Amino acid sequence: MKALERTDDVAALSAIARDLRIDILTMLNASGSGHSGGSLSAIDILTALYFSRMDHSPLYPRGKDRDRFVLSKGHAAPALYAALARAGYFDRSHLLSLRKLNAMLSGHPFAPSTPGVEISTGSLGQGLSLAVGMALAGRLDGWKKSVFAMTGDGELQEGQVWEAAMAAAHYKLDNLVAFVDHNGLQIDGAVAEVMGVDPVDEKFAAFGWATRTVNGHDMAEILDAIDWGVAQKGKPSVIVAMTVKGKGVSFMEGKASWHGTAPSDEQLAAAIAELTLA
Amino acid sequence: MTIQTSDKPVVEKKSLRDAYGATLAELGASHPAVVVLDADLSGSTRTATFAKKYPDRFFNMGVAEANMIGVAAGMAVSGKIPFASTFAVFATGRAWEQIRQSVCLGNVNVKVVASHGGITVGEDGPSHQAMEDIALMRALPHMGVIVPADAAETASAVRFAADHVGPLYIRLARDKFPVVHREATPFRLGKGEVLRNGPDVALVGCGLMTSTIIEAADRLADEGIMATVVNMATIKPIDEELLITLATTCGAIVTAEEHSIIGGLGSAVAEVIGENIPVPVIKVGMKSEFGKSGPPEALLDYFGLNAAAVIEAAKKALALKNG
Repeated sequence: MKALERTDDVAALSAIARDLRIDILTMLNASGSGHSGGSLSAIDILTALYFSRMDHSPLYPRGKDRDRFVLSKGHAAPALYAALARAGYFDRSHLLSLRKLNAMLSGHPFAPSTPGVEISTGSLGQGLSLAVGMALAGRLDGWKKSVFAMTGDGELQEGQVWEAAMAAAHYKLDNLVAFVDHNGLQIDGAVAEVMGVDPVDEKFAAFGWATRTVNGHDMAEILDAIDWGVAQKGKPSVIVAMTVKGKGVSFMEGKASWHGTAPSDEQLAAAIAELTLA
Repeated sequence: MTIQTSDKPVVEKKSLRDAYGATLAELGASHPAVVVLDADLSGSTRTATFAKKYPDRFFNMGVAEANMIGVAAGMAVSGKIPFASTFAVFATGRAWEQIRQSVCLGNVNVKVVASHGGITVGEDGPSHQAMEDIALMRALPHMGVIVPADAAETASAVRFAADHVGPLYIRLARDKFPVVHREATPFRLGKGEVLRNGPDVALVGCGLMTSTIIEAADRLADEGIMATVVNMATIKPIDEELLITLATTCGAIVTAEEHSIIGGLGSAVAEVIGENIPVPVIKVGMKSEFGKSGPPEALLDYFGLNAAAVIEAAKKALALKNG
């Protein structure tokens, strides 16, 4: 097995993110269904985590003292699968069997079947609690590593997120770093119109979290924010990542209709052409 | 504790939740991976007994059951053996979807141990009386469901749970239960316990109703009806082999549970019997209705969760068998 690809170089990471966008769209096209928009909005952050900042290895997917990631917005599974495949957790050929019967890659992350998936998610609002549990266990066992989690912005409408936010601050979980993929859209339309969640940073701050807002597509800003989050003492940290749903594909960007839609063959070709040129 | 009432013999009763707390505290020493979570009811559920001895491994999650179950799941995939406790209504109702998604879906090693199952919650009334929890948990893939008959069986079941890998639901109660087992024996998941043999009818109970069917069997014997008595502490996986044997040898079955007759022990038994060896199965339990406030004993009588109801059901089952 080749060594894990790992770099601090922003241009190199951006190139990986572009490749992963193509993988995401290719697997969604092959499956014929799935979530394009939220996978593309999240992928720059996943790239920064899996190929620069997280201490992890496909050789030891269940090792004790390593960084962990929980994708609470489980519908962005294609983004996670693309990153895990590239990182060497399983062969890339599996990407093309996404959502197929008895395939390794389920519609939403399913830990028992997929190496590298820490825990099953998909029902919104539950992942931050799982991450709190991991962070508490890590503290008991003296882990030096961090637990990372990502929620969507529409997902913040789930009350359980705030139960978890309360608990994370109560237990002073400074080994927990959460991202909010704040792409502004959910299935039924704009988050602000369906059920507004802003100001997200102030809400988390009021719950006792350290907060920081970044451009979720600016690799340098993301890397810097991760380092900031990991360095926090005495409280959990949240990085509110301002993102664009469908980022990188002009005809998908900012369109709620691409929340749960897969590209056709023609749309995939157009998207790849656009991503390759960029 | 010994209770003497005017019309009943001396019955020794013991608290299941006391047994739970004491056993957890034992496990604290023998099982370093055991952690305990509660949702602001640690005094009532007796997890406080563990918390006192092992404060670093006890986590009060506040009145937030959904998060508690998620946190327990996160701990479990990180190598811990979490026991998460609150009242049965909240554990299995409020947090049902968290148990489904975060625990059962991934076959995650979380133990949900709930106190205050059943009508004997008493005066707090129907909002706090879990009559559907067994049904809710039984419907979930990977979930094992245990309803101990008394304090000794509770201790055994909790010890078993710590060593069993996979999700379990253990239902306990607020009230003290009559002693059925003089001493704790190793718990066997999925195995019913034959307490008495008789050829006429099989009485199958769980939880508090196990002691009730023993009382009913005594009174039936006075009338010349000899019953087999089974303590079915594991509702899932149910002991199919034993149930088929009971249908063969007795030809009529009565189930008794402090729970709705929809989806609980009675349903589980009827499912097995109906598909394998159809004989009459009469279910004693709560009809599809909510409880009321009142003293536990009065509620049991009001809703027909007593020996008289079991005897009536046994006679009905016999009539169907002989009809």
